[in-house]
Amino acid sequence: MPDSQAGIRPAGARSGKVAAGMMDFLQQLHPAWLALIRVLLFVVPLLLVVPGLIWWERRLLAWMQDRIGPNRVATITWPKDARWVPPFLRGKKTRLFGLLQPIADGIKLFLKEDITPAAIDRAVYFVAPAIALFPAFALGGTLPWAPPEGVYGLLTPIADVNIGVLYLMAVSSLGAYGIILSGYASNNKYSLLGGLRASAQLISYELAMGMSIAAVVLATGSLKMTDMIKAQTEPLWGVAPLFDNWNVLTPMGFVAAVVFLICMVAETNRAPFDLPEAENELIAGYHTEYSSMKFASFFMGEYAAMFVFSGVFATLFLGGPNMVPVDWVALGQTVPALEGFGRHMASVNYWASPLTFVGKCAFGITLFIWMRATLPRLRYDQLMALGWRSLLPLAVANFLIVALYLLCTDLYGAGGGWIAVGAAFALLAAFFASLARAGRGRREALPRREIRLVDPAKPKEGAAL
Amino acid sequence: MGEVRSLMAPLWMYLALGAFLFATGVVGVVSRRNPIVIFMCIELMLNSVNLTFLSLARFAPWLPVAHELEPKAWMGGPAAVIFVMAVAAAEVAVGLGIIMAIFRLRDEVDVDEMNLLRG
Amino acid sequence: MEGIWGAGVAQLAPTQVGGPMLLFAVLAAVAVASGVGVVAFNSPVRSALCLIANFLSLALLYFTLGAEMLGIIQVVVYTGAIMVLFLFVLMLLNLAAPGALRESRDLRRLGAGALAAALFVLVVVQAVLPLQEAASPQAADYYGTPMALGRALFTEYVWPFELASVLLLVGIVGSILLAKRRV
Repeated sequence: MPDSQAGIRPAGARSGKVAAGMMDFLQQLHPAWLALIRVLLFVVPLLLVVPGLIWWERRLLAWMQDRIGPNRVATITWPKDARWVPPFLRGKKTRLFGLLQPIADGIKLFLKEDITPAAIDRAVYFVAPAIALFPAFALGGTLPWAPPEGVYGLLTPIADVNIGVLYLMAVSSLGAYGIILSGYASNNKYSLLGGLRASAQLISYELAMGMSIAAVVLATGSLKMTDMIKAQTEPLWGVAPLFDNWNVLTPMGFVAAVVFLICMVAETNRAPFDLPEAENELIAGYHTEYSSMKFASFFMGEYAAMFVFSGVFATLFLGGPNMVPVDWVALGQTVPALEGFGRHMASVNYWASPLTFVGKCAFGITLFIWMRATLPRLRYDQLMALGWRSLLPLAVANFLIVALYLLCTDLYGAGGGWIAVGAAFALLAAFFASLARAGRGRREALPRREIRLVDPAKPKEGAAL
Repeated sequence: MGEVRSLMAPLWMYLALGAFLFATGVVGVVSRRNPIVIFMCIELMLNSVNLTFLSLARFAPWLPVAHELEPKAWMGGPAAVIFVMAVAAAEVAVGLGIIMAIFRLRDEVDVDEMNLLRG
Repeated sequence: MEGIWGAGVAQLAPTQVGGPMLLFAVLAAVAVASGVGVVAFNSPVRSALCLIANFLSLALLYFTLGAEMLGIIQVVVYTGAIMVLFLFVLMLLNLAAPGALRESRDLRRLGAGALAAALFVLVVVQAVLPLQEAASPQAADYYGTPMALGRALFTEYVWPFELASVLLLVGIVGSILLAKRRV
């Protein structure tokens, strides 16, 4: 890949002294220590961000529902007559916007009575919350939160293996076990049903998720997530030299992104797919019989999984750690007056990439919360029909179109590829429209019953309908 | 992945482990009465066969390959593992469907009682 | 057994007790214990959980062999899908109660054990002992990458690949037909 067109060139990494010093220090560490640092750099911020997610969800959900949300916790009212309070604060209130609410929730959950039901399967009951919590953190094993060059290249991802994206699929399929086992171990019919329903939902939406990931893998040519970041710095659509080819900006990538988004919401059991843990349907589903810290671990696992899945979405479709889909270095080269600006922005892009990544994850979380506030819950059969009959065919068709695009681009060049894609889209649209019309026609052929209005004052003439 | 080479044990250890797991599976298939557990023991045997295939593929001398882009290895091992996995998946789906159908009919699962075809 | 090995069998490398051996010992111990657990537990759900542990330890063993693609496919297909299916059927049919099926400890278990022991001895004597000297791996290090596997599946083994996909289709149709209630 030519060096000059990477928009995430670590220009800062080679020129700064601090960066060079850090590189030297990291490179002379034993690989085991370096791996430990990488793991801590991922897990510790994730643990710290979960309370923030809880706060953001409750506030944003409240604003969307036209109320305020928790803003009272830790509003400090400074005492008027204490000597240790500075004079300008005496008697005033300092609002912390309810940021300590999740801490209060955590303390409450910690101190709640731990009820253990009687005739449970003890070993499975106590191990199920841990099994539910583990995949949420293990998902980030191959997720790069910064460009894989320079200093950041040594710090992320935790393991840059050949099988990057498939590792994600494997760990997310292990997430079904926490749900099944907790539902089974509770010795409660409704928990069992909730657990089985939730895991059926999980494995159904895993398929469409896998097919949308497969479309991205096909377009990238590799399973490694760092290669996906690099492929998204290529020119947009293969032709526009100043813009980055973020997968969400390409037509097939956009379809795959929408499919992945819906599957992501279903995988984390969030509204509108939260029937298995809905309070008015199955009490609390598979975590009915879990109280206090065990419930907290389910809760935490769900939020951590939401965050990491948003990160995966950002890496696969939103260009990962890049700020905007603009190739700064190419901009600097095309417009000579902006060359310094281009190089400066490339360096800013590189060094601020963890913040950008967290920002994109936060955007994903906001989408999650937005969907929860807006959409009504799907019934179980509607949920399964959506996964199997709408998303999976769409994802497979998208995958085939990506394959067609790659083939035609190889044979006929970029233009031929897009013409083929357009033809395929038109063909598929015509096919589905004809199917829809046939379905509508079949429904209209049902006999319609006549309704005759009978005046109660008049005498009856015969049997009324 | 140059360091992976150093994480291997000698071949005979993998083969011995595969043979032991296979033998354990045979005990399960012959002596258990719950058909789902019999299925699970069959899966255990299939997995031991997978382990044997892969370890032999790693240690076996390779035949001349057709194309220089293909790895210099006996790829029949990994390919066989893929096919075993595919067959096992199809077999599990159909087999569990059969068990559910039998359960719906007779409300019990005990392979010793399924002797309707006995001559 | 020299025919297929030809000159590829390396000299005997002394078996050192080191990191790799420790890793193999741990993984093999987990695999053996969970394998025995599958057969030994009376409760089918416990057997299923042991089998999951067995599959995971085998996946890690595949990683040590350098076949990372197959290891992760093992986790996705076996642990993530097939075992979920097993657990589903176990829980839906409510066969999980340990007293549901009395597994009798009779002559059958002894017979099975004897048969399995004979099989194990046969395999070890015929296949494992002659291969004791094979200590250096011959395959290229990248034989376990997705590219290598994909290339093999689509060039040399494309016929079995297509037949396997037809088999999976048959499996799908068959299992749907079996599980469908007569409407």
